[in-house]
This record gives sequence, structure tokens and C-alpha cells, in this order.
Amino acid sequence: MMMRPMMIAAGLAALAYAGVTLAADGAAAKSVNVPATSMFLVFVALTLGITYWAAQRTRTAKDFYTAGGGITGFQNGLALAGDYMSAASFLGIAGLVFANGFDGLIYSIGFLVGWPIMLFLLAEKLRNLGKYTFADVASYRLSQVPVRTVAAIASLVVVAMYLIAQMVGAGKLIETLFGLPYTYAVVIVGVLMILYVTFGGMLATTWVQIIKAVLLLSGATFMALAVLFAFGFDFNAMFSKAVEISPKHDAIMAPGSLVKDPISAISLGLALMFGVAGLPHILMRFFTVSDAKEARKSVLFATGFIGYFYILTFIIGFGAIIMVSTDPAYLDAAKKLIGGNNMAAIHLSHAIGGDIFLGFISAVAFATILAVVSGLTLAGASAVSHDLYANAFKRGQVDEQAEMRFSKYATIALGIVAIFLGIAFEKQNIAFMVGLAFAVAASANFPILFLAIYWRGLTTRGAVMGGLGGLLTAVVLVVLSKTVWVDVFGYKDAIVPYKDPAIFSMPVAFILAWFFSITDKSAQAQQEREAFTAQYVRSETGIGAEGASHH
Amino acid sequence: MQADLVARVQADPRFQELVQKRTRYNWTMAIIMMIVYYVFILFIAFNPSALAAKLGAGTVMSVGILTGFLIIVFAFILTGIYVRRANSEFDALTAQIKENAK
Repeated sequence: MMMRPMMIAAGLAALAYAGVTLAADGAAAKSVNVPATSMFLVFVALTLGITYWAAQRTRTAKDFYTAGGGITGFQNGLALAGDYMSAASFLGIAGLVFANGFDGLIYSIGFLVGWPIMLFLLAEKLRNLGKYTFADVASYRLSQVPVRTVAAIASLVVVAMYLIAQMVGAGKLIETLFGLPYTYAVVIVGVLMILYVTFGGMLATTWVQIIKAVLLLSGATFMALAVLFAFGFDFNAMFSKAVEISPKHDAIMAPGSLVKDPISAISLGLALMFGVAGLPHILMRFFTVSDAKEARKSVLFATGFIGYFYILTFIIGFGAIIMVSTDPAYLDAAKKLIGGNNMAAIHLSHAIGGDIFLGFISAVAFATILAVVSGLTLAGASAVSHDLYANAFKRGQVDEQAEMRFSKYATIALGIVAIFLGIAFEKQNIAFMVGLAFAVAASANFPILFLAIYWRGLTTRGAVMGGLGGLLTAVVLVVLSKTVWVDVFGYKDAIVPYKDPAIFSMPVAFILAWFFSITDKSAQAQQEREAFTAQYVRSETGIGAEGASHH
Repeated sequence: MQADLVARVQADPRFQELVQKRTRYNWTMAIIMMIVYYVFILFIAFNPSALAAKLGAGTVMSVGILTGFLIIVFAFILTGIYVRRANSEFDALTAQIKENAK
């Protein structure tokens, strides 16, 4: 119980830090956004209150990792949607639609269709077999140490890529919106996320995510309605105006240059579609609900909210073409959008509702980043504490309290690492990060999870080789492609002509897993194949599955 | 899970029925979703002008944008249809199997 006063003190310190910084910055005459800052402080106060409440309810490892398993399908649907609707997807897709029109929709649809696939093929079986992390399922009948180690490494790579993208995005966004120096912004995000996760565990993380999802959906709905209202809810009139104004004119209504060749198009599609089913922070949420029924409902709600959100983002992008791109107030000397295309939605909020609504959307964007990094950090910390420490290093011989304590240390360590990475990557081109995260998720996590559940023949050796093979192929191909080789390292020509590796790295993972499984003649491999029957019965019926804890 | 429990569940004809029906249903739904999505992707890759076509004379709305919106709505409806059947028929069958295995 020592923790509570500590937590409050740390929270206040973070707020005070923010306050001092703002005061100092205000003195430097850079405009501090007062409505945005006050609304954000209200959000922080509310979420710290929730963290305090959650901390008292987080006593066991199960509470910490899965909020006790008592989240409802509707709540989990909102939280899943919240995890997925990051600032990158809100501002990024709106910016993409603003710049390219139709092409933004390609990404939205790819991001969405992974959800039904995950529901049909994985959600229920995952819920029936797992406890805290997806590695529980992958290693269910296989050798714990090697399979969990590979799953944890792949998870940490995904989490790290995602975290860097979010932290750098956070720093830049907050710098622009709140007039706060980049480093301070990254530190504030890092400190708050450590507080949420360490003290409130999954319960606090889930509620922070739910609140943010509701705020983001409300804000985006208001913006889209305001745009449509201006055209009397006539889509055709809105599109006509956008076509007239946009420098690309009619091209914004059709597929453009974003997807260059068939290989890239299919490869991107694969990564987006199967990547969702390999994201550790998403998969983890399936253990927060009481049973398979609630797990299915949560995917239904998540798909609905996310689909709705992407339709809103599309309208917002077109709204920005109409209301923002011609207004000199939002353009710099070169007639480009101030702060880049990713600021399209933010500028639109100002065009619609002035400083107050700009403040609201800015605060929501900040809250979004905070909520997403918290979910990522919890997933990363679980991979470290549950998979690497408790099950691989200690071989499962560790009591719950010790495991939970370790996961809190892991959270703090990850948070500090995230802050440093955020600062280190400030000036780097990080556009490839989220794409790489999806590619690794689709090429390492998804294949081993899928084969572990569906294929009797999978052995430990196959899972390890497949997982590592997919991971390495995805990373190496991305490094050799234009996004890293040319845009980051500055070489003249890319070695690999395709930006998206999934079309190569996914088959590599499956083929290696298959080959090293069928050639595995060891006695252990035979036992693993035989253990499939019991796993199969449990995965289909849920007999023996983890339930919700009551207290 | 104990071996005798596993054997008892597997011997239950309702378990065979559940697995057979649900596996077929799961894969049918997944394949429908994949086909819809990949047809869309293949059009983008090989025949973008078909998506650029206008819905009618005098409208700027393109086939591509309408299709895109419809795929989003379709994904949600497909999910809804699936959850409805799984949460009623399949869960009822599962409950019977569990009861029988006790």
C-alpha cells in the first residue's frame, strides 16, 4: 500500500513538470494552447483517478495482466478499437486522404478486414487456450522455453517498432499543438504511461483506452457531421467540391500512386490482413473477457467502431481538402500544410470549431497516444515477465506476487527505454516503423500461433525456426528496401524493390515451420503431436479454459 | 486435461457435429472475406481504371469509393452474422457437450 502515495506524488510531479514547462515556454512567447492544455490536464487527472481506483483492485497476476478477466464484450470492443485507433491511424489516414484521396481508403480497409479473419479463425480458440499472452497458446503443447522465447522476442520487436512510432509522433504532435519542447513531451508521455500500467495494470489500461476511444469517436463524429452539414449531407456535392479544389482534381477519387505494382499491393494486403492477428497488445485483450462468447462480441463491437471510425476519417480527409487546403491561415510560405499533411485533421478541427474545438481534438490526440503506448507497454512487459522471466527463465517455478512485481519492474524499464528511443529517433525518418510492426506480426507471431492451433504436426523445432525465419526475413527485407536503405541510411538505390515484405516473409515462416516439423523425428516431437488432441478438444469446447476471477 | 475426459468429449457425436459444422462455417466466412478483399486489391493492382469509373453521368462519386465503403459495411455485417450463429447455435451445442462430459 506504499504504492498509492507514491503514485499520487509521481502523478503530481508529472503534472507540475508539465505546468512549469508550459509556463517557461509561454514566457518564450510561443503560443500555449490554453483550451488544449486544460482539457488534457482534466483527462490526465481523470485517468490518474481511474489508475488509483484500479490499483486497489489489482492484487493478483491475473488482475494485472487481464483485469481479472471480467471485462464485458462491449467494453473490450471499445478498448480493442481504442488500441487500434492510434494517433497514427487517425492523423495519418486523414492526412493520407487529404493528400491522395482514395488511396487512404486502401489502408483503412486493409486495417479493418483483419478483424473478421481474426474472429473466424483465431479469437475463440485463443480465448479457450490462453491465460495472459498469446505465447501461452503458441507454447501450449510445445516446449515452453524455446517457443516462449521466440514469441517474446517477436512481440518485443513489434512493440518496440510501434512504441517508437507513437513516441516520436507524440513528441512532434505535442510540440506543435501544445508548444511544449519535444523532449519534455516524450518524457511526460513516458512517465504517465508508466504510472497507468505499473499501478493500474490491465484494468487501468483498459479504462484509459475506453475513455479515449469514446472521446476520439465523439470528436471525429462531430467533425465529419460538420463537414457533411456544410454540404447539406449531400456526398456528391462534397466530393465535387473536393475534386474542384484539390490540385490532383479527379485523381483523388481513384487509385493513385500509393500502390505501385501488383506485388506491393498484394504484399501490403497480406501484412495488413494477417498482421492484426499477430499484434501482441491486441491478442492480449482476448484474455480480459470471461469466455469465448464475450470474446466474439468484443470483435463485433471492435469491427463496428473501427469501420465507423475509418469512414469518419475519410470524410474528415475530404473535409480538410475543402476547408483547410485553400485557407492561408493553415499554409506556410510554400503553400504546404503547416506541420505536414498529418496535421490535416487538426487544422480542420480549428476550421470547424475554432480554438476550443482545436483544443479538444488536440487533447484527444494526446490522450490517444497515451492510451496506445500504455497498451503496448503492458503487452511488452507481459512478454518480458510472463514469458521470458516466469516461464522461460524460472521454468514456471515462481509465485504470482513475484511475477507481478517483476512485470512492474519490466514496465518501468520499458517505459524508460521508450523515452530514450523516442528521443533517439526524433530526427529519424520513422515512416516504416508501423509497417514493419505489421509485417513482423504477420510473419512471425501469426504463423506460429495459427499453426500451433490448427496443425497437429507442428513441433517445437518447427515453431522456433518458422518464427525466427519470418521475423528475420521481414526485418532484413525492410532494411534493404527503399524505406530504410534509401530514406534512413541515405544510399542511392534500394537493394530490394518492394517496400512490404509480407508476401515473401510469411511463406518463409510457414515453409520453415513445416519443414523443420516434419523432419523432426525426436521422441519429444512425437509427444507434442500426441498432445494436440487434448489441446484440440479444449480449443473447440473451452473445457478447462480460464474463467473470470471474482472479488 | 485428463485423458479420459478428452476421450469422452471426442466420443460425443455432438462434439463431432459441432467441430464439423463450425470448422466449415469458420473457413467459409474467412474465405468470403478474403475473396472480397483480394478482389478489391487485385483491381487496384491490375485494373485501377475500373475503380476510377464514375457511378453515373454527372456524379463525381467513383466506383472505387463506393466499393470501399461497402467493404467496410460488409466486414461488419459478416462479423455480425457470424457472432449471431456462434453465440446461439454453437454455444448451445458446446454447453451440451460440456454437460455430458461432466
